[in-house]
Amino acid sequence: MTTQTIAYREALRQGLRAALAGDERVFLMGEDVGRYGGTYAVSHGLLEEFGEARIRDTPLSESTFTGAGIGAALNGMRPIVEIMTVNFSLLALDQIINNAATLRHMSGGQLSVPLVIRMTTGGGRQLAAQHSHSLEGWYAHIPGLRIVAPATHEDARGMLLAALEDPDPVLIFEHALLLGAEGTVEGEPHPMELDHAAIRREGRQVSLITYGGMLHKSLAAAEQLAKAGIDAEVLDLRTLRPLDDAAIMASVAKTHRVVVVDEGWRSGSLSAEIITRINEQAFFELDAPPVRVCSQEVPVPYARHLEDAAIPQVEDIVAAVHRLLG
Amino acid sequence: MSEFRMPSLGADMESGTLVEWNIRPGERVERGQIVCVVETQKGAIDVEIWETGTVERLVAEEGQKVPVGEVLAVIIAEGERAEGEKAEGEAAGRETPAEPSIPEASRTPSPHAPSPRALDVSPPVPPHAAATSGRLRISPAARKRAAELGLDPADVRGSGVDGSITLEDVERAARPAEGRQAALSERAADAHAAMRQAIATAMARSKREIPHYYLGNTLCVEPALAWLEAHNAERPVAERLIFPVLQLRAVALALEAVPALNGWFVDDAFQPAEGVHPGVAIALRGGGLVAPALHDADRLAPDAMMAALRDLLTRARQDRLRSSELTTAGLTVTNLGDLGVESVQGVIYPPQVALVGFGRISERPWVRDGQVVAARCLHASLAADHRVTDGALGARFLTRLTDLLTEPERLWPT
Repeated sequence: MTTQTIAYREALRQGLRAALAGDERVFLMGEDVGRYGGTYAVSHGLLEEFGEARIRDTPLSESTFTGAGIGAALNGMRPIVEIMTVNFSLLALDQIINNAATLRHMSGGQLSVPLVIRMTTGGGRQLAAQHSHSLEGWYAHIPGLRIVAPATHEDARGMLLAALEDPDPVLIFEHALLLGAEGTVEGEPHPMELDHAAIRREGRQVSLITYGGMLHKSLAAAEQLAKAGIDAEVLDLRTLRPLDDAAIMASVAKTHRVVVVDEGWRSGSLSAEIITRINEQAFFELDAPPVRVCSQEVPVPYARHLEDAAIPQVEDIVAAVHRLLG
Repeated sequence: MSEFRMPSLGADMESGTLVEWNIRPGERVERGQIVCVVETQKGAIDVEIWETGTVERLVAEEGQKVPVGEVLAVIIAEGERAEGEKAEGEAAGRETPAEPSIPEASRTPSPHAPSPRALDVSPPVPPHAAATSGRLRISPAARKRAAELGLDPADVRGSGVDGSITLEDVERAARPAEGRQAALSERAADAHAAMRQAIATAMARSKREIPHYYLGNTLCVEPALAWLEAHNAERPVAERLIFPVLQLRAVALALEAVPALNGWFVDDAFQPAEGVHPGVAIALRGGGLVAPALHDADRLAPDAMMAALRDLLTRARQDRLRSSELTTAGLTVTNLGDLGVESVQGVIYPPQVALVGFGRISERPWVRDGQVVAARCLHASLAADHRVTDGALGARFLTRLTDLLTEPERLWPT
């Protein structure tokens, strides 16, 4: 098998290309995905390769094209809707939550919405408060949706393929900071299952539970901690809804100490849900109070130093672990 | 309020490393209780406290090297009131409410009310598991494990977040001896070198400062051995006495007659020891020497003395001596008879003022009633500090010792 080192954005493109090539029901739709090649250049070259019918530029109206995607999915297509950033997805909340997430239930199982919505999430690129938030935790609140956050290159291309096989709507959150990051993939794109979290680093003393863009900061923190003699495990959640409780509890049972690293705001966050579940299911495994490393509760600032201060950094994770271990 | 300080466990000790606290703030301590373990050049020592009261706070932390005389903990004597109690009354209504969430709890004030003086001079005291509320600060995992081990978590000292008791603390508490042994063997090489250094310093000082004089006497121990054999004949092996018990008893009684050999030469003056607690020189496996005191050797019955001696030997070799045993001896007894030598000319352990040495028991020609007979004999020697005593007094002691060992029925008169 051949190993390639590619950018995360290229891995996403490989996934799209494989999906488009493998199933003629699949098409990509969104703002500037065609002629412009995608705001983040993910779909660059796909228009030329697959044509206007399958790589469709849309008006600047998230509600409209998300609704169109739902309609196409209801009618047997396998649409991939790209929303430029999670902030803009708020304009499509009605379609996503009131339609995509509910129709199977409201139709008594007669209708399914095999829709995939991709969007960029997260800060760190000085795009200020309207382009930098991490709202995937909100979506993870909604029954009827599956929420995934590919953090590795293999997941970037493979989770899309698996999402297209899901009969229900799947939202894929791609962290903006990862787009240019290089990583390796093996062979041809293949579906990566969506049900399980993955241990990205084995450890015995503390579990860093994280996902998406924070995975790499957590791994870097684990490296630093290793130099200080602290053996940290890093668990990549991969799928934020439904959460892989078994993997979380298994890691807690091993290390007895938890730090959840979540770029979302602390209050009412995904990290809150994870820690609640740990308290519910693994209380007697805990050897220290669970700790969270989250974003500061401010709209993400534009200025570089303020943005850095607002978003969890490697040092914040390292410091949290040191506090936890006393 | 009194301060419990790092004791001097030998004339040349400058500092000790606090290995482990056995007490916690708020806990009651009894006079004579072992409250901590201190690592010294003589190994790990169980340190006792000499005051009954309540622990106000622990000043020194585990692992900290503390100079002799520095404060380790603050104790409120019986009947005294804590600083905090007074302040609480005055500041009623302003008490900090229990902190609801865990990370913020690190700001919880330490249990004593902060007086400005205390804050100026004391290092911050880590809040203890039990200190901030009535409920024990113990992790759920640790609580579960303690229940499995049948351990009372209240006895476990916490090392986790905000002084909470962690899983590891519970497991460590469940195997204290093992942990201690492991820690000791880790440091064994260092410890050996340190002990060698301590002995070198003490002995060099002894020979430099103490004008020794030496006296010796060979005595027939047939009567003593006959007494011993008769005593042991009625007893199972485990309860039998060994000859050194008689030697120590004889030394103890002879010291009653000549108390000037039982004490310390400190600041150019003799300071008599309180009580008769001869130090027993014990060679350690792997080299080195300790001489812990056999307490109240003048008051113990034969069996009790045997038990005390056995206990002392066992603990010396397990590195579990107590601080009082290293500070109370006013004289040391060394017995090299087991090793086959005839006589010992001892080096006094400063600031003690005398050392009694015994050689081996061997059969020699002995004149009894004008006849040369074969008899088991023993050489006893005295090395004494001429600044404190003269030969005449030393001779009186040695003669008395000889008499007692020759007429063993006088050792424990009925």
